[in-house]
Amino acid sequence: MIRKDFLAASAMVLALQATGAAAQTEISWWHAMTGANSEVVEKIASDFNASQSDYKVMPVFKGTYPETLNAGIAAFRAGQAPDIIQVFDVGTGVMMAAEGAIMPVADVLSMSGATFDKSKYLPGIVAYYSKPDGTMLSFPYNSSSPILYYNKDIFEKAGLDADTPPKTWNEVWDMSKKIKESGAAECGYTSTWLTWIHLENFAAWNDVSYATNENGLADVNAELKINEPIFVNHFQAIADLAKEGVFRYGGRTSEAKQIFLAGECGIFTESSGGLGDIVKSGMNYGIGQMPYDTDAGGPQNTTPGGASLWVMGGKSDETYAGVASFFGYLSQVEVQEYLHQTSGYLPVTLEAYEATKASGFYDENPGREVPITQMMGKEPTANSKGVRLVNLPQVRDIQNEEFEKMLAGEQTAQQALDNAVERGNEAIKQAIGG
Amino acid sequence: MNRATFPHRLLPWLLVAPQLAISFVFFYWPAVQALRQSTLREDAFGLKTQFVGLANFRRVLSDPAYVNSIQVTAVFSVLTAFFSMAIALLLAVQAEKVVRGKGFYRTLMIWPYAVAPAIAGMLWLFMFNPSFGTLAWPLRQLGITWDPLLNGSQAMTLVVAAASWKQISYNFLFFVAGLQAIPRSLLEAAAIDGAGSARRFWTIVFPLLAPTTFFLLVVNTVYALFDTFGIIHAVTGGGPGKSTETLVYKVYNDGFVNLILGESAAQSVILMVIVISLTAFQFKYVERRVHYG
Repeated sequence: MIRKDFLAASAMVLALQATGAAAQTEISWWHAMTGANSEVVEKIASDFNASQSDYKVMPVFKGTYPETLNAGIAAFRAGQAPDIIQVFDVGTGVMMAAEGAIMPVADVLSMSGATFDKSKYLPGIVAYYSKPDGTMLSFPYNSSSPILYYNKDIFEKAGLDADTPPKTWNEVWDMSKKIKESGAAECGYTSTWLTWIHLENFAAWNDVSYATNENGLADVNAELKINEPIFVNHFQAIADLAKEGVFRYGGRTSEAKQIFLAGECGIFTESSGGLGDIVKSGMNYGIGQMPYDTDAGGPQNTTPGGASLWVMGGKSDETYAGVASFFGYLSQVEVQEYLHQTSGYLPVTLEAYEATKASGFYDENPGREVPITQMMGKEPTANSKGVRLVNLPQVRDIQNEEFEKMLAGEQTAQQALDNAVERGNEAIKQAIGG
Repeated sequence: MNRATFPHRLLPWLLVAPQLAISFVFFYWPAVQALRQSTLREDAFGLKTQFVGLANFRRVLSDPAYVNSIQVTAVFSVLTAFFSMAIALLLAVQAEKVVRGKGFYRTLMIWPYAVAPAIAGMLWLFMFNPSFGTLAWPLRQLGITWDPLLNGSQAMTLVVAAASWKQISYNFLFFVAGLQAIPRSLLEAAAIDGAGSARRFWTIVFPLLAPTTFFLLVVNTVYALFDTFGIIHAVTGGGPGKSTETLVYKVYNDGFVNLILGESAAQSVILMVIVISLTAFQFKYVERRVHYG
């Protein structure tokens, strides 16, 4: 009897200690931001922590986007999932399929009494991160859109007009050739993320289909359509330029940024989120709209890229309250303005966009509005709402492998895209259990 | 009848217990898990699991990418084992001839072994990166279009070089020890009989080194097959195309990048079988030809 009392008493002491330690709830946030963008993450977290004393957000860098996603999945399987995880756009399908593992952002917010007012956010982005029934699943932290950067010094050296970026792909090819031929730079054009920029956004921007069933948004059972002539011609042009050394391949993700920053190529397509590092490098750069294909009907709209924050399931109520408070903080106009203006990522709320506009930021920094107008310029069509495949990371890997063989001169663009379609469709079928 | 040495029945078990525990936790348990996983089909998060028998194995073995990966692994392992051993032997023989500062040279030679595979990979990547690599520039000046990002054989050359370089130290150490065990008198007698240094090496040194060479062959094959993951991950990531995707890298890629866990587990089971049979083969056949002096 005495023993029992003693046990009960010590349990109570332990419990008291536990609650004492938990006065400040810690919230882990796994992210994949590097360079200038990781400084933004650190600053937002520390500012949030300083703004209140109940919660402490602790950002942890987990490697590249795919590495972060895999680390999160492995941690979930081991019962050690983080509270918040940043998942890149293409991982959205993977996360959506894992309903038991995640907690929809809409539910997190409603649990803590807050409501998610959709109308405050940029519509294209919210739609992409919602279930078909409209439930918001993840919080759009850093949305981006591919844009064109060019080195003004190289343009001048090559005798090109430094205030006129190329508008169409044909102009990109011509200017790139001129840059190389004039000796202004070693190569004319390079690009990060061939899959995201030259397939997914190329399709949306030119209003052509990437895959059946509205690119997988209407139904998971989608078949790739990327071996249509418009894609083949585009990639054959790239392959031909690669042979002449006019186009330089950097790698599958954002490795090509180094090539552009080193001043080796004059023109560069990359996420608007890549801006921070370009600004930091001190280069005399210019920004242009994502080029379009003259064989199509002109620019439509680009699809949201970048990443969103997912909340993992099975956490305590305090944790969710903390997450909700953090997301509330993230949505504040000043925070969004800071994020947008420092990193080049899109503001996710309309208010932040309007505030940035009103502050005259876009007049001082021409080109910085491009990623937003690109995405919001037109009402999205069935081809331009985004791409969602349950195994998009794998499909992109397949596409990259075929592109590499094509760029090495081992196969034509037609063969590369035919193979990518065949292998990709097979992988999709397997992933959805067909 | 060595009972007298260990009168206690438990003591021997106790002494091997730490090793048994490590083997169990890091070898047997994961191996059993892999066997189990290889018969399942699971989504990435492990929310839905389905027993599929041998379907994963059928799928893997009929996948052309898997056959390609076997070829890549064979080329990679043979080249890595050959170069790391040949260069180490050459250096060991040369280091023996040095009269002054032997210890200094040896220390320098052993150094790279302390470098972690991923770091070794990064070093080579930095030296040979087509845009900012220190050694890529002279290559380009020589008229070589150096682009390991797209050229499969150049990428292979790069990973073989990095993997061999890292292993040379280890091999060097064993060859130096092996060389010291060769009786001077034999070499001197041969020299008196008029055998040149090349002849002395091939007829005396090389055969007498056979036990060392054989041991290193086993170690290096296992190294090339399994311990080079870090190098490949850092340097090429299996690309371009699939030209440096070794079996181990494919296990990682399918399992952790593409999240097809069942097939990935099936591949590691196949890998386990390959290693067991390879080691058995080496000991059964190659060892017969080794002269243990």
